[in-house]
Amino acid sequence: MAVMSRALVTKDAVLEVKDLRVDFHTYAGDVKALNGVELTVKRGEILGLVGESGCGKSVTALSIVGLLPQNAEVVSGEILLEGRDLLRLTKEEMRLARLGEIAIVFQDPATYLNPVINIGAQITEILTSDRRRFQVELVSAGLKDFEGRVQGKPLSPALEKEGRRLRSITPSSRMRRGEVKRLAKLLALSYLRMVKLPDAARVFKMYPFELSGGMRQRAIIAMALARRPKLLLADEITTALDVTVQAQILRLLKELKEKIDASVVLITHDLAVVAELCDRAAVMYAGNIVEVAEVKELFANPLHPYTKGLLEAIPRPDSRSELKSIAGSVPDLLFPPTGCRFHPRCPFAFDRCPKVAPPLVEVSPGHLVACLLYGG
Amino acid sequence: MTRESSSSAPSKEERKSSHGFRREVRYGIHLLRKNPIVLLGSIVALGSIVLSLSSGLVVDQNSWKTTHIALRLCWNNPIVNWNLRNVYDCAGPTTYTLGTDNYGRDVFRMIILAIPLDLRISLEIVLSAVLIGTVFGGIAAYAGGTLDELILRLTDIFLAIPSLLLAIVLATILGRTLENLTLSVLITWWPTYVRLMRSQVLTEKEKPYVEALRAVGAGRFRILFRHIVPNSIYPILVQGTLDIGSVILTFSALTFIGFSPSPLIPELGNLVNQGIEFVFTAPWLIIFPGLTIFIVSLGFNLLGDGIRDIFDPRLRR
Repeated sequence: MAVMSRALVTKDAVLEVKDLRVDFHTYAGDVKALNGVELTVKRGEILGLVGESGCGKSVTALSIVGLLPQNAEVVSGEILLEGRDLLRLTKEEMRLARLGEIAIVFQDPATYLNPVINIGAQITEILTSDRRRFQVELVSAGLKDFEGRVQGKPLSPALEKEGRRLRSITPSSRMRRGEVKRLAKLLALSYLRMVKLPDAARVFKMYPFELSGGMRQRAIIAMALARRPKLLLADEITTALDVTVQAQILRLLKELKEKIDASVVLITHDLAVVAELCDRAAVMYAGNIVEVAEVKELFANPLHPYTKGLLEAIPRPDSRSELKSIAGSVPDLLFPPTGCRFHPRCPFAFDRCPKVAPPLVEVSPGHLVACLLYGG
Repeated sequence: MTRESSSSAPSKEERKSSHGFRREVRYGIHLLRKNPIVLLGSIVALGSIVLSLSSGLVVDQNSWKTTHIALRLCWNNPIVNWNLRNVYDCAGPTTYTLGTDNYGRDVFRMIILAIPLDLRISLEIVLSAVLIGTVFGGIAAYAGGTLDELILRLTDIFLAIPSLLLAIVLATILGRTLENLTLSVLITWWPTYVRLMRSQVLTEKEKPYVEALRAVGAGRFRILFRHIVPNSIYPILVQGTLDIGSVILTFSALTFIGFSPSPLIPELGNLVNQGIEFVFTAPWLIIFPGLTIFIVSLGFNLLGDGIRDIFDPRLRR
């Protein structure tokens, strides 16, 4: 059923974040971490969320999955996942949404796996924790459309052999424990192969400490995929990995996105990654989205002074002039600047900037910017 | 060709042993070898467990009920000469290795019967305490707030009263049976486990993988009991093994001061208690049961130390 409903919804946006404000209550006062974030994620796209450390990228991600720390408070806003406001859900509904609709992959693969349980058990646990979903999954694993999505090849030869049995399973049919275990293992192995882990059968039995960083991150991605999410949040997933592995993981992510038919929000501070991988990009500064555009458009024609500054700060091998940087430093969000939060560092600031907070306006089709220089 | 086969064989072997249970066992054996005292402790502890399981084959389980007044307080083991004036020589052909007691029973057999009894009681107490500690300590730490406060204050109350005294009071109120004695020791024993588990879970629940579990929509009970508890149970298991010896000590202390339901019961503390009257005429009555208490509890203490070495990640590799 979950599979069907996904196909029937035709609305363009998977996720809409509207005017999201999040405060952190600390002993020193309230840190206004998010200051009216506006974000739309379209179906099937990879959206890059860029910004420097502490600008609110991760806080945005955590508020979407509802895992903000205790001292954080959502002051206002809406987070609509296919039209359903996640902020209005009960704890239990939110838990189920995390189980089946939104997945998040975190930064450091070393610490996000349970150290005492082997990889196989961890991934099968995710698969079978909701029996009904698991059976739906098995049904689709036995059907052509699922296989079709994995580049026309059957998901795994072993699952293909089970095809007859799989076709007879319905979401409500009763399965014996042994069979659940056996089929879950097959399905888990197919996901481990999907993320291109070499020798999946062996990795299945291994414990996290026996895997390298890249392998762990692949295993974690497999676990995220195993839930067939509509939205995958990748929170700096390559930061803790070395450069060659980074490239592999990112390429993998792009491939997988096609296969599992999910939208991806890629959080990063690396503009090169955005240029390489993303369809659109949103630039964040001090708790605000300051500019959103198609990646090509953003790099060719940056409008916001901050985006311009960022792009100029990328070192180029062919240039002989001194590398430019943005003057000043990131504001203390305990006492954020009034009006536009970028104005103290902005070379184009004028008298209205400290007074008016600029709204995000569309200056050309698909290109949004929050700056008084462009109206608003 | 031969070279090839010889180089591929060990790699296969290595692969096989590179993970899982066998590797752990090997590592355990390696640690034991490095530390002979722990090895000694493990042998004593395992020995007493094996003895407990097989004592029915060695000694008639009901022999402690039969008394032979004619044979009381005698010693005919030629290896030891006590040089005491009033030692009776046992009549008859049987040699009593460790002499006989005031009821004419073979002390050696009484000890063989007493070890399983003490060990069983000790295990009952420790296992229940581990279970209570795991469940309540885990819930307290994971739930936090009022529940945490409530459980903590409850352990405070029990920890504030000297444990032996509390056990004595409880045993007096409940009545003198072995079950009640077990219960009263347990009541003084569980709070430490709750606190230990709580502190473990408190540190464990802040780890990223717990956040990841919440991110995949795992329920509270699954997170706590399937993921956090297995990660934080090792110190509790170590404490439990160490405590098997301590509980034997505490329990025999209780029976030694007279809480045994019957003077005949073959329980180590009770055996010492029964012998105390005859310190000068039949010293073996307190020496050998006392020595047994010492050896068994020391054995489990050393085993506990060894297990701590095996489980402690800081000492690993």
